[in-house]
Amino acid sequence: MKTGKPTTIRKKMAVAATAAAALALSACGGSGFSESADEGADPAAGPSDAPISVLIGSSGDAETDAVNAAVDAWAGESGMDASVDVASDLTQQLSQGFASGEPADVFYLSTDALAGYAANGSLEPYGDDLTNKDDYYPALKEAFTYEDQFYCAPKDFSTLGLVINTTMWEEAGLTDDDIPTSWEELAAVAEQLTTEGTVGLGFSPEFQRLGVFAAQAGGGLVTDGAATVNSPENVEALTYVKQMMNDGVASYSSELGAGWGGEAFGKGLAAMVIEGNWIAGAMTNDFPDVDYQIAELPAGPAGQGTLQFTNCWGIAADSDNIEGAKQLVEHLTSAESQLGFAEAFGVMPSIQSVAEEWAAEYPDLAPFIAGGEYAQNLPTAPGTIDVLTELNAQLESIKTGDPQQILDSVQGDMEAALAG
Amino acid sequence: MANTTVSKPVGSPPAQRPKRKRTSIQGQQGLAGWLFIAPVVVILGLFLVIPVLMAAWVSLSDWTGRGSPLSGDVNFIGGSNYSAILGGEGLAARDFGTSIRNNFYYVLLVVPLQTALALFLAVMVNKQVLKGRGIFRTAFYFPSVTSSVAITVLWLFLFSATGVVNKVLSFFAVEGPNWFQDPRGVIHIVLSVFGVSQAPEALQSPGFLGISGWEWLAGPSVAMSAFVLMAIFTTSGTFMLLFIAALQNISGEVQEAAMVDGASGWQRFWQVTLPMLRPTLFTVLTLGLIGTWQVFDQIYTGTQGGPGKTTLTPAYLSFNSAFNNQRWGEGAAIAFILFGIIVVLTLLQRWALREKDIPKRRRMVPVGANPQSMAAQASAEKHARRTGTDNGNREGNSR
Repeated sequence: MKTGKPTTIRKKMAVAATAAAALALSACGGSGFSESADEGADPAAGPSDAPISVLIGSSGDAETDAVNAAVDAWAGESGMDASVDVASDLTQQLSQGFASGEPADVFYLSTDALAGYAANGSLEPYGDDLTNKDDYYPALKEAFTYEDQFYCAPKDFSTLGLVINTTMWEEAGLTDDDIPTSWEELAAVAEQLTTEGTVGLGFSPEFQRLGVFAAQAGGGLVTDGAATVNSPENVEALTYVKQMMNDGVASYSSELGAGWGGEAFGKGLAAMVIEGNWIAGAMTNDFPDVDYQIAELPAGPAGQGTLQFTNCWGIAADSDNIEGAKQLVEHLTSAESQLGFAEAFGVMPSIQSVAEEWAAEYPDLAPFIAGGEYAQNLPTAPGTIDVLTELNAQLESIKTGDPQQILDSVQGDMEAALAG
Repeated sequence: MANTTVSKPVGSPPAQRPKRKRTSIQGQQGLAGWLFIAPVVVILGLFLVIPVLMAAWVSLSDWTGRGSPLSGDVNFIGGSNYSAILGGEGLAARDFGTSIRNNFYYVLLVVPLQTALALFLAVMVNKQVLKGRGIFRTAFYFPSVTSSVAITVLWLFLFSATGVVNKVLSFFAVEGPNWFQDPRGVIHIVLSVFGVSQAPEALQSPGFLGISGWEWLAGPSVAMSAFVLMAIFTTSGTFMLLFIAALQNISGEVQEAAMVDGASGWQRFWQVTLPMLRPTLFTVLTLGLIGTWQVFDQIYTGTQGGPGKTTLTPAYLSFNSAFNNQRWGEGAAIAFILFGIIVVLTLLQRWALREKDIPKRRRMVPVGANPQSMAAQASAEKHARRTGTDNGNREGNSR
């Protein structure tokens, strides 16, 4: 009896504590974040007065200042409050915002992240409301289309091109006529450029670079919604890459001791690299003394091909001022703003109407925008980013691995990811 | 709380009156007790219990990361997050298997090495004859108080392809690997020296957690080995401090007595010092085990799981699944599986390090089938050890 009593009291306490915890939990649910989520989801007509917060992942001061200036200009015109925050880890901060029901109203959104946020309803699909929606490159619109809905306005885009160190090019006795236009020529000039301490062609160890060869061979990871990872075209592309690497004329930047292609190029470890237009900024900042030129990538068996990368201006479905956010995005994607961003931090406008103007302004970088005509997207369906990571992990050992085997092993994962 | 304990006896039948008085006094005391611990209960509840319960719920739900996980749109889906990770050969399962493999080798190398090094350093700087002990202690402890992010960045420089480590190796005509970019497993490298560079037939098919036997045998990758060295470098100092404190608790008389008995220095260390350090050793091993299974910052700042997923750890995978890929349920499930692994291993280690010098006859005492008497038996043993008496405990058992 003596020992029995305290136990029952303790039990009661335990029950009471559990009940209190459960209460507290449900209280969280009731009053905490879900309610504000409902408020925001109401697509009220017309802009409200709620201030607009913009969350960006910036490449540096130039980008931050340019976005700040553009947003401030809009705020002055429209009379609405808008502020820009720079995220240190954009994906993590976005996720946190969506979970709490208080996300930023407008934010940078990568193609990788689109499907995840679109699937859970965090994003406002506003793409079709845009007045300039027909001006965007079709491939860019496709990149931000999830389940047949055009979600968000492409902010700008980048394509991959062939970056050539002109000093080394001339030392090897090559001229402008030798700029490679086919796989054979690429392998040949890479061999000519390979010297002691410098490899002819360098690229980061990822499909985000090697994929250009797959595109040139007529392949791709996903074709018309079906997984085609182990297609003969992709095998052909990887076999070509493997051949060059084993011949010692091409190498991963990581093997050269560089963090990415641009670093390998700037340090003179590679005479040519496959990189995007962001390399212009990196060269100016980190390696101002290196002379280089940009060329379009060579054509493969199936013609020209490259990959493109893009971000869009996402709008949160939980935003308190969706109409205001849309107006801001229209301002930020206008020809004027985009040319301003291009000047400030070297991106390419996502609208076709200013492509010529841009190319005329930056003739050195024109091959990049020419790539926009035939550039491919990487798959963006939910779960495919994991498959890409897995493929990249396998590609680390391409020199010793069998391309067919590598692609076969990833094919199943891609099928599973696309099946949902 | 107060209401339940006070109001309850009022409604109880009069027959229980004598008891009621006693409980109400106890109730008053209980009330004061609860009041005193209330701040801690509230803080722990708010910041520990509720988040843990919520995470547990998320791991069983289909929450996608938008709004509250407790809202009506979130459904209970049972253990399917867990089965996605533990069963099958999907990508999620293989990633988890890979992360467990990586972390397993990390723990296997770091925990014994850092403990041994910490003990060694502690014994060295504890020597009375050593001049400038303070300087050494500070120097050894310094890495522990430095931010792990800073040390990771330092490590990335030291171990880069053209970094200091490879420069030093080149003096010995050794061509160092490109540390943080090298996905080859150390055991695979050793095997390839003996001509085994492809998986034998028997080890090719997917095995435990979707990873083939050949992959399980890869060992830590070269990149992971650099992290292993870093962990040993940073944490040995902390544990050295614990060992120093314990060493200073061992009185000189014990050592002198051993010397009188003719024990050599080596014997004294193994037979006298080390057994007396057992509680500290347990603490160090447990803290080491928990810390190494949860390794995250180095991976997040250093390699993000690469090269070739060989530095992927469960903690990083959990973060990545949840925050980057919006699979919150899987992320939470990984966290709970990791929790389970740590608890099981800690218990295992507790069992392995239990005091084995309890007299045999104590253990032979017949124990009743019900668990209460087993508990009584255990507490009696504890008591006997403390007081050194055997009498009276048996009566407790035979009750």
